[in-house]
Amino acid sequence: MEYFAKKYQVAVIGAGHAGIEAGLASARLGCDTAVFTINLDWVGNMPCNPSIGGTSKGHLVREIDALGGEMGKAADANTLQSRILNLGKGPAVHSLRAQIDRRPYSEYMKKVLEQQENLELRQCEIVNIEKCENGLWKLRTNLEAVYEAECVILATGTFLASKVYVGDVSYESGPDGMFPARGLAVALKEMGVPTRRFKTGTPARVNRRSVNAEILEEQHGDERIVPFSFDNNIDIQNKMCCYVTYTNERTKKVILDNLHRSPLYGGKIDGKGPRYCPSIEDKIVRFHEKERHQIFVEPCGYNTEEMYLQGLSSSLPEDVQLEFMHTIPGLENAQMMRTAYAIEYDCVDPLALDASLEFKDFSGLFGAGQFNGSSGYEEAAAQGLVAGINAARKVQGKEPVIFDRAQSYIGTLVDDLVTKGCSDPYRMMTSRSEYRLILRQDNADRRLTPLGHEIGLISDERFEKYKKKIELIAEERKRVEKAVVSPSDKLNDMLVSRETSPIVSGVKLAELIKRPQLNYDLLEEFDTERPDLPYEIFEQVEIDIKYEGYIKRQKAQVAEMHRLEVKKLPADIDYNSIIGLRLEAREKLSKIKPKNVGQASRISGVSPADISVLLIYLEKEGLR
Amino acid sequence: MTHNEKTIAAIATPAGVGGIATLRVSGAEAIEICDKAFVSAKGKKLSQLSGYSALYGKIYDKKQPVDEAVCLVFKAPHSFTGEDVVEITCHGGTFVMQKVLRVILDCGAVPAEAGEFSKRAFLNGKIDLSGAEGIMSVINSQGEQGLSASLNILEGSLSRKTDEINNSLLEICAHISAWVDYPDEEIEEINEDEIIVSLKQAQSELQSLLDKFDSGMAVTTGVDAAIIGKPNAGKSTIMNLLTGYDRSIVTDVKGTTRDVVEETVNIDGCILRLSDTAGIRDTGDTVEMLGIERSREKIRRSAIVLAVFDSGDELTKEDKDLIELCKNKPVIPILNKNDTACRIDKDYITSALGEAVEMSAKDGTGLQELKDRVTTLLGTKNFDPNAAMLANERQRQCCIKALDSLKEAEFALSAGVTLDAAGVCIDDAVSALLELTGKKASQAVVDKVFSNFCVGK
Repeated sequence: MEYFAKKYQVAVIGAGHAGIEAGLASARLGCDTAVFTINLDWVGNMPCNPSIGGTSKGHLVREIDALGGEMGKAADANTLQSRILNLGKGPAVHSLRAQIDRRPYSEYMKKVLEQQENLELRQCEIVNIEKCENGLWKLRTNLEAVYEAECVILATGTFLASKVYVGDVSYESGPDGMFPARGLAVALKEMGVPTRRFKTGTPARVNRRSVNAEILEEQHGDERIVPFSFDNNIDIQNKMCCYVTYTNERTKKVILDNLHRSPLYGGKIDGKGPRYCPSIEDKIVRFHEKERHQIFVEPCGYNTEEMYLQGLSSSLPEDVQLEFMHTIPGLENAQMMRTAYAIEYDCVDPLALDASLEFKDFSGLFGAGQFNGSSGYEEAAAQGLVAGINAARKVQGKEPVIFDRAQSYIGTLVDDLVTKGCSDPYRMMTSRSEYRLILRQDNADRRLTPLGHEIGLISDERFEKYKKKIELIAEERKRVEKAVVSPSDKLNDMLVSRETSPIVSGVKLAELIKRPQLNYDLLEEFDTERPDLPYEIFEQVEIDIKYEGYIKRQKAQVAEMHRLEVKKLPADIDYNSIIGLRLEAREKLSKIKPKNVGQASRISGVSPADISVLLIYLEKEGLR
Repeated sequence: MTHNEKTIAAIATPAGVGGIATLRVSGAEAIEICDKAFVSAKGKKLSQLSGYSALYGKIYDKKQPVDEAVCLVFKAPHSFTGEDVVEITCHGGTFVMQKVLRVILDCGAVPAEAGEFSKRAFLNGKIDLSGAEGIMSVINSQGEQGLSASLNILEGSLSRKTDEINNSLLEICAHISAWVDYPDEEIEEINEDEIIVSLKQAQSELQSLLDKFDSGMAVTTGVDAAIIGKPNAGKSTIMNLLTGYDRSIVTDVKGTTRDVVEETVNIDGCILRLSDTAGIRDTGDTVEMLGIERSREKIRRSAIVLAVFDSGDELTKEDKDLIELCKNKPVIPILNKNDTACRIDKDYITSALGEAVEMSAKDGTGLQELKDRVTTLLGTKNFDPNAAMLANERQRQCCIKALDSLKEAEFALSAGVTLDAAGVCIDDAVSALLELTGKKASQAVVDKVFSNFCVGK
């Protein structure tokens, strides 16, 4: 029999990467918060790759940290190996990635939730959701407990009505053998939430002892480890290494011969899969001419022999998986511990949300993470943070925080989702940001920590430390703008050896730093007055000087966009009544209901002429 | 209260081979910008003038004199737009005026968009609400006709060419993006020298496009309109009536107009490039066959069609074919010779093409109604006659913006700056070119990455 259990201010459904950040943000902002999960042993689980970060995802983690989120700290505390990707390709695209000790990461996150004031972590399955007449949301568990909440955050990941496929075998299941959430999927549909089916997949895991690692190329971590967290005070060490191997013609043959046994090619799965994360059979079919595909063999943890085979995701039957895996050098005798599978799940069309991640049509209901049509732990965590902050603010009667795409990848991610929507699971990429020269991972704190402090997730103490850093950067910048370096044979030899012109009279240190061929390290011995400062201060000054022209250019574009962003579009605007809007623009604008003209201008199908019409309409309405 | 926007410029007088033409420059920097190009005979600067006063002198393109000019200064808020305004009047006609416009744009103004002067006038409280409604519909009409217009610009080669350039740039962007976003995949290394070669190629193509565009400008000014009808329905007479003098040979012999005769006319402030086509008629005469083919082609490329019928004749198969050709086109059916006894099936025409204008081209009755219909159809009734021309100038500006970004990208690469900076510049070039089609650049790059590269876990 149904019984009333408790009332919370904010309830989070799901304790994956989105649910964790959502719950923590809400509780830390002072709301009574519940986090419900189907399985307490898998809080913050990584059902796919055992790593955090990577291109643009590393940016997201650093931004989450700069705003006071947890993911960066948890990753730092559980790193097996750390690397900065894309060194040499420019600071805007440097990306931090760490291999993660999977189980301890999960335990770490569970403990953080358990110890968090205002937060209750509860194992149960939410099977029903409805809005009460008093405006509260009512959640019912499988054991008939009823919880009420002012705001609910849906962070269901891949659990909603999920179904696992391996070849011609399929069964209802969440990831890693956990229960799927069936009841909630039905309840959301009945409520009128526009859901759809997406799919994703994961490769097989094998036992390290059965891998012939000796013949494989090793991949080691960086010597100088950069932590994710700007607030890190632990010493991070590389503990394990990864290996690289390749598929070959025989692999290809096995796959092509068995393609008809794939549920995807056989047409059994309707779910839309991610373009960036194709299965090995997808890669072989679509890029037929490619002779080999790279496979990374990565440790799943320090206390396990399990290894993850990045690049080998598949939904072919188990026997075919074994057969093609054994064609790969180093994996000839690999013992499979978990089978690769595809998983299909319900998620929402994110156009139903606004940029605070609240549903446009359901006040107090928020979505975050894979539920919103994204993919990836980091994308999920970022949205969790946004939803958590805004749910708490709603409870407290405050205006939502809208993350600006000119200020963060988080803002870009949310804006893309709620403005452009997505037709396959959305993955962050650096090319998605038009402002990527200013949205670097190295300056995430400079972009966001003041905002984090204002929101209330960055402590005064941390903020003071941050302010000190900013002062040091400014002082050092001033110093190098003033300091003069005199020509000397030694200096000119170095300059010529770096293929840049020698100097004949004294030049400002900053002018030398500006040269693309030079850097702080190279100039050290000629910079006699250099203060003893942490590396990150020099790094900031160097980037600021080197890229000044480009940064200025991007800032001008940002200013241009902000001119349109300040022009708000009322929610009740009737686009069909606006003379001069083209039909397509009317339809898109009515559906997406952008908050301002800037957002409207990013909707595909809305032309510059439509934007002019909107601007005039707004001015006209303002006069009436 | 002046809005914080860029200074805009556009030719304010109708295009065509006229005597005097006026360029209007409006915005906070209008006077400063014009001072860069204008040198007065007395040596006085425009910035030294008070409102409502003028200087005589010359416009210079760098050191080269372009034309003599009178500059009239209006000081905010006492001007049409409510902003600082300079009106430059020259006597060189459209072609020279285009050059003057070019100079002013080079000095820092941006081309005004359709309706922008009026928009600013409205925003600054200079015109009322009903005027604003009109402006919105004009902006719209320009957008709708953009496609048909772009077909006309040098036979569509412009848009084809920009697409081609854009594709080559997108390939580069996608390659850089895949290489950056998927460092673990075996994406082919970026060869900076190859990129520089491609960038140079794209730059030279944009440059030649700009050069060609210049010569095309003079002939593509205005909206193309075709006058069609079966032989001797009165097309040439109507054309002559609109242009004001005998341009086509008018006789009673059917099929006199064998070539497409073209003329630019100003209909109540709206510029029509009229073409009087050979009548549509089945005939064995090869010269006339050629003429008919050209007519069909002309209709296809025209923004609007004037379909002429002889009200004294019954509807023929030719008429009906013609009606078919005009369906789905902005068309004004004209029942000519309404001074004769009416034998034509008026309802048939009206139901297919909309309400017809009844007129007698011979004595000019119904001319004003025809003119009204043209300006209503083109949405220029209350508005800016220059829309089409400005659209062209905008395209040119987009190309210039793209070219500048490419130069910057090339410079960055040559100077050894990392690819992230160069990549952003190439993105900007793509955005500038995509502005012509309304697509969004980042989406285009992402799509390209997934179609060209095998990436993912």
